[in-house]
Amino acid sequence: MFPVKELKRSLFVSIWFAFLTFPIMVIKVDPIERIVSWRWDNMIFVAIGSFVLSILAKVYFVRKERRAGSKKAQTVLTEPYVHRILREPRFLYPLSLAVLTFAILFPHLFSAYQTNIMTTALMYVVLGLGLNIVVGVAGLLDLGYVAFYAVGAYSYALLNMHFGLSFWLAMPIGGLLAAFVGVLLGFPVLRLRGDYLAIVTLGFGEIIRLVLENWNDFSQGPSGIANISRPGFFGIDMSFSASINYIYYLVVGLVVVTIFVVNRLQSSRLGRAWLALREDEIACQAMGIDKTKTKLIAFSLGAFWAGLVGVIFAAKTTFVNPASFTFLESAIILSIVVLGGMGSIVGVILGALTLILLPEYLRALSEYRMLAFGAILVIMMIFRPEGLISNVRRSYRFKKQTSSESE
Amino acid sequence: MDYFIELLFGGLTRGSIYALIALGYTMVYGIIGLINFAHGEIYMIGAFTSFIVATVLSIYGFPLLAIVVIAALAAAVWSSAYGVTIEKIAYRPLRHAPRLSPLISAIGMSIFLQNYVLLAQTSDFLPFPALIPEFAFMEPVAHIVGSSDLVILITTTLVMFALTLLIKFTRIGKAMRATAQDRTMAMLVGINVDRVISATFVIGSALAALGGMLIASHIGQINFYIGFLAGIKAFTAAVLGGIGSIPGAVLGSLVLGLTESFATGYVSSDYEDVFAFSLLVLILIFKPSGLLGKAETKKV
Repeated sequence: MFPVKELKRSLFVSIWFAFLTFPIMVIKVDPIERIVSWRWDNMIFVAIGSFVLSILAKVYFVRKERRAGSKKAQTVLTEPYVHRILREPRFLYPLSLAVLTFAILFPHLFSAYQTNIMTTALMYVVLGLGLNIVVGVAGLLDLGYVAFYAVGAYSYALLNMHFGLSFWLAMPIGGLLAAFVGVLLGFPVLRLRGDYLAIVTLGFGEIIRLVLENWNDFSQGPSGIANISRPGFFGIDMSFSASINYIYYLVVGLVVVTIFVVNRLQSSRLGRAWLALREDEIACQAMGIDKTKTKLIAFSLGAFWAGLVGVIFAAKTTFVNPASFTFLESAIILSIVVLGGMGSIVGVILGALTLILLPEYLRALSEYRMLAFGAILVIMMIFRPEGLISNVRRSYRFKKQTSSESE
Repeated sequence: MDYFIELLFGGLTRGSIYALIALGYTMVYGIIGLINFAHGEIYMIGAFTSFIVATVLSIYGFPLLAIVVIAALAAAVWSSAYGVTIEKIAYRPLRHAPRLSPLISAIGMSIFLQNYVLLAQTSDFLPFPALIPEFAFMEPVAHIVGSSDLVILITTTLVMFALTLLIKFTRIGKAMRATAQDRTMAMLVGINVDRVISATFVIGSALAALGGMLIASHIGQINFYIGFLAGIKAFTAAVLGGIGSIPGAVLGSLVLGLTESFATGYVSSDYEDVFAFSLLVLILIFKPSGLLGKAETKKV
């Protein structure tokens, strides 16, 4: 199956990588004790690993070419099964009912620890869906998304600390503040080209974090704000485990609302304008879409969701500090959107659940978590830029009277 | 006055290191129009390689001059190798993809490399051996200008000069300029564009590695995370000068270095990084084409 030429190429690749990783993988020095340890076993792993990977990549590309050659006639993108199933009401309703029932029963079936992890994962689902509006639907690469999350978290923390504001009042305030900051940043920045926008948002995210870290009078610096009150429920005092379940249900509710809103938005006039803007700005302007306004709405709407989740985050952990809002957090949320499939709601949900739950349960792998996130971004872009579940644009076809099948 | 001169030299040193990194950004951007997000990581790997090589050699008792030369060469060689490999794996397959794809891939690569070094080495700050000795003739002014400042300034000036010659007069330099102007046209006149792109990555990475080694020796410690901040700041410098323009990158870096140095010296050192980021945001808002860049007009 493999010609000798290919094997030779893979052998060259493996030698190249063994050379490439030599100083960093093999040598480890202790500059204080002045000891050098040579870890030759690592070199063997790298060589074998890169050999296998290069063969796999080659096989993939050969197959892809062959498929492209044989199927040239029918290159119509088929919708993934998940979307086709969800389109059918007779599948959709029982399925969503089952998922909802499971979600409601979850805290009673599993321990408080599991519920807590699930709450975190669901918060990332909402964050992913929020960023999906900005990156996936409107095509604006936002690398400082975590800044809005921080705005939400800190607005609840500070309002609670200074004025004793309750969670329910803080939630809309946190969301609106984040959206306001989004508008404030977006207004001057959104006329920039895509890659500049990415860097500016990244810089902005870092500015917010650095200000929170250094402005001690305002945010108590790196030590953060502790003893934030948990959300109340008509003034009833709750036990610790009850409040975990309560926050869980709250997040489930937020997920449902988010899915509903995002889904409605995508097929709205505004949603279609976003898609069009993502595809071609100039054509879009020629069609009479207000570019700045449309982008600004996407940007601030995404920020609003981050703000909401930020408030919940502060209430859940009862403690916020700037270390929770680093660039890596933005990168994780971006990986969720990219892995799941930009623009696809089901994709983003699955992406968030895999990326957050998997490292939790595979503790041995959690050390390699960030390494994997980085690799996912690269691999997905090269092999499957549309994500696990691709979002095929909704198309409408003329329905013939006689045909029973509608697409 | 002494304080002013100290800050001035501090700023120039800083700026010349930024320039070494910013050149890589600006050259790559000029040729393939991509913000090479992983460039900061190349710089970090250069610093790490020189750290490892220098420490090993000093344990085995090599003389200082040999250590400096070998460490610099090793850093340049391995960083270039990383640069070329990254381009092959993460950017080349995406050359015709939509604009956001290579950028996301570059961000992924940057996160991957950071964690690769973190896992293969350590997350602690490591003491970097002092590669630049304290010169005796610098004694009278040592409290204002350190020996390493002087070495960094001289080295970067020489490197910039060599780079200018390379780009102006050599065959590969001409090919690079041609590719930057118009890639398709360059291909039509028989330039091997893939090789030009690889050469750009080699030069950019080697410069970044040299910068990494110099600054690590100047500051005296390294860590896997140094590339992130340095990368963003160098990018700021490149944008400030006008991305794609080589003299612009140098000018922008010096302006940024001086701004940071004076701002931390006279205003507040807590917000050192905020100044750079604010400068970046301000330039992109008010003058996205930079000091020496040409405004990009898009034809439909």
